[in-house]
Amino acid sequence: MYAVELMNLTRKFGDFTAVNDVTLSIKAGSIYGFLGPNGSGKSTTIRMLCGLLEPTSGKGSVLGFDISKDSEMIKQKIGYMSQRFSLYDDLTVIENLQFYGGMYSLYGSQGKVRIEEMLNLAGLKERQDELVANLSGGWKQRLALGCSILHKPSILFLDEPTGGVDPKSRRMFWDIIYDLALQDTTVMVTTHFMDEAEHCDEIGFIFEGNLIASSSPTYLKQTIPGTLIRIPTDDPMGLLETLEGSTLPYLDIYCSGTGLHLLIETEKLAHITDFHYEKITPALEDVFVYLVKSHRKE
Amino acid sequence: MIKLEHVSKNYGRVLGVNDISLEINQGEIFGLVGPDGAGKTTLIRMIAGILSPTMGAMRVLGAANPEIIKQYLGYVPQKFSLYGELTVQENIFLLGSLYGQDKEEIEERANQILDFTKLLPFKERLADHLSGGMKQKLALAAGLMHRPKLFLLDEPTTGVDPVSRREFWQMLYRLNKEGTTIIVSTPYMDEAELCSRVAFMHNGKVVDCNSPEGLRQSYPYRVLELNAKEPSIKRYLAIPSVMECNKFGDKYHVIVKDGAALAEVKLTLEAAGLISEALKEIPPTLEDVFVALASEVF
Repeated sequence: MYAVELMNLTRKFGDFTAVNDVTLSIKAGSIYGFLGPNGSGKSTTIRMLCGLLEPTSGKGSVLGFDISKDSEMIKQKIGYMSQRFSLYDDLTVIENLQFYGGMYSLYGSQGKVRIEEMLNLAGLKERQDELVANLSGGWKQRLALGCSILHKPSILFLDEPTGGVDPKSRRMFWDIIYDLALQDTTVMVTTHFMDEAEHCDEIGFIFEGNLIASSSPTYLKQTIPGTLIRIPTDDPMGLLETLEGSTLPYLDIYCSGTGLHLLIETEKLAHITDFHYEKITPALEDVFVYLVKSHRKE
Repeated sequence: MIKLEHVSKNYGRVLGVNDISLEINQGEIFGLVGPDGAGKTTLIRMIAGILSPTMGAMRVLGAANPEIIKQYLGYVPQKFSLYGELTVQENIFLLGSLYGQDKEEIEERANQILDFTKLLPFKERLADHLSGGMKQKLALAAGLMHRPKLFLLDEPTTGVDPVSRREFWQMLYRLNKEGTTIIVSTPYMDEAELCSRVAFMHNGKVVDCNSPEGLRQSYPYRVLELNAKEPSIKRYLAIPSVMECNKFGDKYHVIVKDGAALAEVKLTLEAAGLISEALKEIPPTLEDVFVALASEVF
């Protein structure tokens, strides 16, 4: 059962292709990370999924509804939260929740119960009468999340929700996201934090409008050919220059702190006899650097 | 090379930087790491002599008066501040002439730098038409025209694609190898690993300053990695010795106080019928370290 299915989705703005032929599917109840640099087409894709922007070609469905034809139906079923939390600074925490509750037509005892739930979820019960202007980023973020799921959406779109928030708040935020996923909410989250993508069940990587990978973090790390090793050294750039001038056959090489990282075909590891090294697990960044470079060669 | 003693900066009633004492040595790649609003930009601007501290004393390159040393200092602000309607080359030439270099000198240096930053093939392109990653490279190139001894970069890699980010850091290593001292700020915890020393910033304060290895060694807790498909693992681990339990895709990171707690987690999981062989101790990430430090300050 898929919550999102896209087939050859394309969006052009004049001559510029913002999203190019994207095909992907997201399992219901999973957390899908949509990763890509600024300007790569993340927000354009999300806006099409929310029914805010018409695709130029291709088709897609969200919760079984056609994104071109049934956008009004989709809007009722989704939650959306952006980096600019869109809260009212001069209202209190609970007034913000009441305001959004009103927008979703949640009145009476039903609304009250739901607002109470959101206060507890966001850990804001004790601060419900504080002005939003006085909250720090992490608190605002959790309040904005509360506002966006008041109406119990089946799918939640988070557009760079943790940009600029401190790591501790980020972890608290992810705790809530996991709880939502456990209760069968599908979550699609865009981010440009590589380490954050590790939290997701599946990751799609979009680059210059093209989806160049879509899979689980563990599987993606296995797509890199060869073995990644780390050679500890006080002078990584010096060693890099030495190896660049040598006959050592490597696939990629770069400095990383007090070490040199080398991607090398596994059977050629025997060529490295002069240095002590350790095998390391590639980071997602290694995966994406590899994918982008291969994509460019095509 | 740089010495700050009890430096503070307020904006009205808001404390941007709160009582920071810090020494940065020649030849370092020094990282200022922290979330938005931590005080990174304010600190960089004070070191660059653009802002003056409200309190405290600072010396940069031995001088208390920033005007004397500005010619030895390169600064790349967070926001792209070059001219979009000029080409790559025109921007570089303009910067060179602002530093009072003569035409031949400018041309020679511009070629060197455009080659170094791999922008030579794009030298006729308008800056507005560059991707985010290339714009950052151009900003870096412009900041290098006058061969600074001290190079300050404010979040140069935020929102940049992974390949550009990797290339950018390789350039920093190369500059550093050639003798340039580098101070770089970033919101990305994984970039802290790439610095020779890191100041973790939170709410205007430096919560710790050390090498990545030193920071890891001072971490007071132990981190366990658990491979488990069981979605409600947290229920089992709601015991006092477990400080945090974070999900990372198909893995959990469990943070415990000490060795005794480690054994307790193992027993608890076994008692619940969950395989504890899938449990292993891993070194803390720098994000783990930051979260622990930031919690102490609260």
